[in-house]
Amino acid sequence: MKDIKTTVLYNREMAPGYYCLGIAAPEYPALSQAGQFVMLRITHGYDPLLRRPFGIFRTGVLKETNSQLPPQEYMEIVYKVVGHGTNLMTRLNPGDEVGLLGPLGQGFRFGSSAADVPGDALLVGGGIGVVPLFMLAQQLVDRGAGVRLLLGGRSCSDILAVTEFERLGVETYVATDDGTLGEEGLVTRVLERKLSKYPYAHVFACGPMPMLHAVEQICTRAQAPLQVSLEALMACGVGACLGCVVKGREHSAHHPDYLCTCKQGPVFTARELNWSSATGEEQK
Amino acid sequence: MSAHTDNKPGLEVDIAGLKLKNPLMPASGTFGYGEEFAPYLDLEQLGAIVTKGVSLLPRAGNPTPRLAETPAGMLNAIGLQNVGIEEFAAQKIEFLRSISTPVVVNFFGNTFEEYVEVAERLCEIERVDAVELNISCPNVKAGGIVFGTDPVTAARVVSAVRAKLRVPLIVKLSPNVTDIALMARAVEEAGADAISCINTLTGMAVDIERRCLHLANGTGGLSGPAIKPVALRMVHQVVNSVSIPVIGIGGIMSAEDALEFLLVGATAVQVGTANLVNPGAMTGILTGIETFFMQHGIEDISDWIGSLR
Repeated sequence: MKDIKTTVLYNREMAPGYYCLGIAAPEYPALSQAGQFVMLRITHGYDPLLRRPFGIFRTGVLKETNSQLPPQEYMEIVYKVVGHGTNLMTRLNPGDEVGLLGPLGQGFRFGSSAADVPGDALLVGGGIGVVPLFMLAQQLVDRGAGVRLLLGGRSCSDILAVTEFERLGVETYVATDDGTLGEEGLVTRVLERKLSKYPYAHVFACGPMPMLHAVEQICTRAQAPLQVSLEALMACGVGACLGCVVKGREHSAHHPDYLCTCKQGPVFTARELNWSSATGEEQK
Repeated sequence: MSAHTDNKPGLEVDIAGLKLKNPLMPASGTFGYGEEFAPYLDLEQLGAIVTKGVSLLPRAGNPTPRLAETPAGMLNAIGLQNVGIEEFAAQKIEFLRSISTPVVVNFFGNTFEEYVEVAERLCEIERVDAVELNISCPNVKAGGIVFGTDPVTAARVVSAVRAKLRVPLIVKLSPNVTDIALMARAVEEAGADAISCINTLTGMAVDIERRCLHLANGTGGLSGPAIKPVALRMVHQVVNSVSIPVIGIGGIMSAEDALEFLLVGATAVQVGTANLVNPGAMTGILTGIETFFMQHGIEDISDWIGSLR
């Protein structure tokens, strides 16, 4: 993890309200683990004042054909325009300077050594929650695991990156609330069906809290090991401000067991978290 | 003052006998227990390290959301979440013993008795080089602000705590009062060795789409560049009301900001929100102060502090 000043390579709208931002990021391809995030600063000024956390979508090396320039290591984030900060981000142009702090946090865990085949995995993404799952799918496929992806969203425009996953050879199932893409209904219904048919070694999920809550219940019933990637408001990203905490399993008023989403997460095993006290109640 | 052969300006300051190699320290609650920032800056470069506030028992803190960004500032309502004095002594201070930078431990209590007991316990811990008494947190109902808004109550807790301590006592004042000079004089008279000010200003953020307040706690403490003018006015006022050293705090993001606080008479400064935006912020501020002094022919920081014309 380090704090660097770097430049924007591209900033493209990939679906209405969703953008893909490429940033020159030396060493990120080697350093980043699937599920990690960055804290991005888009100005020297005070608007916005705080950095914003973004999951790493993917990393890679760009080599322009017929170019004398050395290959360019980069990282990509995918963001949804939701507020003031992300609105300002849509105005970023290639060459603009940004501050990049990262890669941060604990990513997804599977198998202790690179030689292990991790076992078949089911990935569940809700809307923008698909972001950290792409690198995970890449790494699982590389290690010889069978990977299936279940994607949910309000409407077809909230279903992102299907082509990228399919290019990896990942079988993808889509469910939308309005039925405009895939089957109509909740992605958790698809999850229930899949788990009843096959004993997956891992379930990895990222999405809105109500979805994660349902995923946790389904996985507990099916006795499927679950890891979730959480989203939280953050100021520092390094475990200092305690703004992004989530309740740990043993939490009570007298024995605080708060976990920092930035430092101990953003990926947690479901067992680390306190689901009974409705992590969702705090997300309102 | 020592001779500076390499013509770097002298930056040493003295806070009630505590010698600091420069006037820069983090503000409590924005720097964890120091260790979190070791990857981003050299902790030996700092004048002092100020820890997250510690209380007698562990505290859960407030429900989330605890943060909201506001124009040129942020609101926080963490609620003094901390591990408690026992775990602090057993786990957290260990790392700080490995560096030579003075350690200032910020602490608070829920009751008068708790303030005194924490002070007693802090005396037993090796490498607590000074303490900062928090009587000004706006985010908790019990401790904090109740003690920091009434001069008689503040004086009572300061003198009781002072009686237990063998290290310098810094008292951190709240800006959420009508007359901060009155509070400053009250704590000075009660035995404070130094004053740090200001803590955050109580504020609120509203979400018109969901028709609710952004913070689960309702209100929170405003920090960042937005509060700097208020902080400068209050630091100036306190400096002119007491004879003990004053540590200036409030929206310091750059060397220029720090220089402003020193110019109005602060002996040292604390950097808060800037650490959250940029974990290496204090390194840049320190270099900036040195450069400014060299460019302006200031040989020693004592020629700058309080030298407002």
